Amino acid sequence: MEENKRLVKVPTMAEMAANGEEPEVLFWVGCAGSFDDRYKRVTRSFVQILEHVGVKYAVLGTEESCTGEPAKRAGNEFLFQMQAITNIEVLNAYNIKKIVTACPHCFNTIKNEYPDLGGNYEVIHHSTFLQQLINEGKVKVQGGEAFKGQRITFHDSCYLGRANDIYEAPRDVLAALDADLVEMKRSRANGLCCGAGGAQMFKEAEPGNKEINIERTEEALATLGTGNGVIATACPFCMVMMSDGVKNKEQEGNVKVFDIAELIAQAEGLSK
Amino acid sequence: MIQLENIIFLIVAGLGIGLFVWQIRKIRKNILMGRDVDLTDNPSERINKTLLVAFGQQKMFKRMLPAVLHLFVYVGFLVINIEVIEILIDGVFATHRVLAFLGPLYSALMFVNEVLAALVIVACVIFLWRRNVTKVPRLASGVEMRAWPKLDANFILVTEIVLMFALFTFNIAGLKLVQLEGGEVAGSYPISQMFVNIFGDNPNALHIIERVGWWFHIIGILAFMNYLPSSKHFHIIMAFPNVYYSKLWPKGKFTTNPAITHEIKAMLDPSYQPPAPEMDAEGNPIVQRFGAKDVEDLTWKQLMDSYTCTECGRCTSVCPANLTGKLLSPRKIVMDTRDRMEEKGEHPAIFAPNHYKELGEERVQTTDEKTLLRGYITPEELWACTTCNACVESCPVNIDQLSTIMDLRRYLVLEESAAPASVNAMFTNIENNGAPWAFSPSDRFNWAEDLYVPSKN
Repeated sequence: MEENKRLVKVPTMAEMAANGEEPEVLFWVGCAGSFDDRYKRVTRSFVQILEHVGVKYAVLGTEESCTGEPAKRAGNEFLFQMQAITNIEVLNAYNIKKIVTACPHCFNTIKNEYPDLGGNYEVIHHSTFLQQLINEGKVKVQGGEAFKGQRITFHDSCYLGRANDIYEAPRDVLAALDADLVEMKRSRANGLCCGAGGAQMFKEAEPGNKEINIERTEEALATLGTGNGVIATACPFCMVMMSDGVKNKEQEGNVKVFDIAELIAQAEGLSK
Repeated sequence: MIQLENIIFLIVAGLGIGLFVWQIRKIRKNILMGRDVDLTDNPSERINKTLLVAFGQQKMFKRMLPAVLHLFVYVGFLVINIEVIEILIDGVFATHRVLAFLGPLYSALMFVNEVLAALVIVACVIFLWRRNVTKVPRLASGVEMRAWPKLDANFILVTEIVLMFALFTFNIAGLKLVQLEGGEVAGSYPISQMFVNIFGDNPNALHIIERVGWWFHIIGILAFMNYLPSSKHFHIIMAFPNVYYSKLWPKGKFTTNPAITHEIKAMLDPSYQPPAPEMDAEGNPIVQRFGAKDVEDLTWKQLMDSYTCTECGRCTSVCPANLTGKLLSPRKIVMDTRDRMEEKGEHPAIFAPNHYKELGEERVQTTDEKTLLRGYITPEELWACTTCNACVESCPVNIDQLSTIMDLRRYLVLEESAAPASVNAMFTNIENNGAPWAFSPSDRFNWAEDLYVPSKN
């Protein structure tokens, strides 16, 4: 196997700029993608896809910092703007024009909230990016693990769906797997939140009678029915909440939670 | 010939309309307590939205049964109002069915009118059933659904039914009178025709019944109009401007506070010159709170939202926090805003609807503070929000509940530093590490180590 694979050297903006080069697209990794052990696998899968199709990309590496999103949703506009203005300085200094990210929260913030502070970029979410690669035939979704007939249900991220009206791109990506896609009763514009948005990720839930992620996981499990299945997500927070939910319901043996980028990388034979 | 009856009518109609205008001015004054915000951009997109969402009832059709029933009442309201114009002209100028000259068009109009009036009765009866017998949860429960909102809803439904019966009463009596006189009937009345004999055939009695039905209908409408500003039923007017002024950018975009931007830029660059602060009428700089503590810190659009709310509870029924037993109910946020606004500003002529507060179970631990925050809406409710926009998406009249929740949260954090401890820890992490978790920024790129892809041959 060793001779059939090559080590990836992920290019940083600093190196590119030093060589006088500009990337086609900047991959904004995000904090979860950089630090969360589970979500790092999503970041790596997405980079494998980028390498596989030969897109000229770069990351900020250690120059990247939190977009300020959780601070803004928690009401700390001051901290948000501090982060945003600092990030915009870095992005503008590198003359960044196009940004792709796997995090809907980063996506929403950079796309919709950075322009008011002087950051104007073409921002796309990795679901749309993957959809384009599939449509262009650059990703053929073959050569790897077969998903044919596998039951998959997609959980809509609020910041991708309702916040930005992106419902079809992740579903189109999943459709390329030729799997058995099943929809939860609450989907698309009526999708139920995983419970992590609005800075809930960083605090205990207020007193109630149930955790939101349990409510959502129960719905997903009921939709998948008995047997094996996959809950597909396109957001690091949803990934955490749904994984915890599946664990809580003691279904880890039957039901896996994957990001759409991981599923594509697996189907393309890029990751093992 | 103009008689005493017409003069009395003119006075009654004048008083009714005058009182309504007086109330509208109070409500306008209340709404203008809010901060100014410019929402006059993109008129064509706004008109489009108004046609689709307000006139076209687009968002109602997410739930079929109530949408169809509501459509009967809505179209009935619009079409029957054409007859009300006729009633006004007849009343003032002593004419009888003055629009009859329209001929076949008039017949068609009266025909449709009768069918719709019957459908309005059917729909209102089903609505009463849903509220009081089957008790649809979103209509029947919730901390905010106390005595007054329930009474208000039932009162409106019963009134609508009674008004429709008054309409039929004077149609039936009038129809029978014309038939007794052997004259030609102006218009077509399929429902009244079915019941044409129920009032007997004494012309004098019929004439009195016809007049009583007519007067009852028009006085009923004038009274109802004046009841609107105290009621959730005010949405029949406010839905149109509220949808026109709705948020046009993506739902995920929250507002940016430019005052903070200037502060940060001045901090980062000492040579930065922030623009001069706005002055009030006396030449003192206007110091604006960060976020919202009370109604005047919200924008006029957020205050208009609360006058548009029809208390249907769609927002609360899809709220993930509310579904899992948390205190937050987006509908309560909107209703509280209206109550506080009327406590602080003016209240419409009939009475202050917020007297419903005395009743019901208190799980919401408000304080005696005379402010929207804490006096009505507690931090516990605000911190339960996941900002998922389900409430905003579900609202048939484009209320932005989330923007109010966020502005109140901002006040808690920016003015009081009153965030939960774990949220404060997250802030500290972002400040120190550039990430919401306690990881070292130098480890940010470690994910890229030992990454392989299959080599292409």
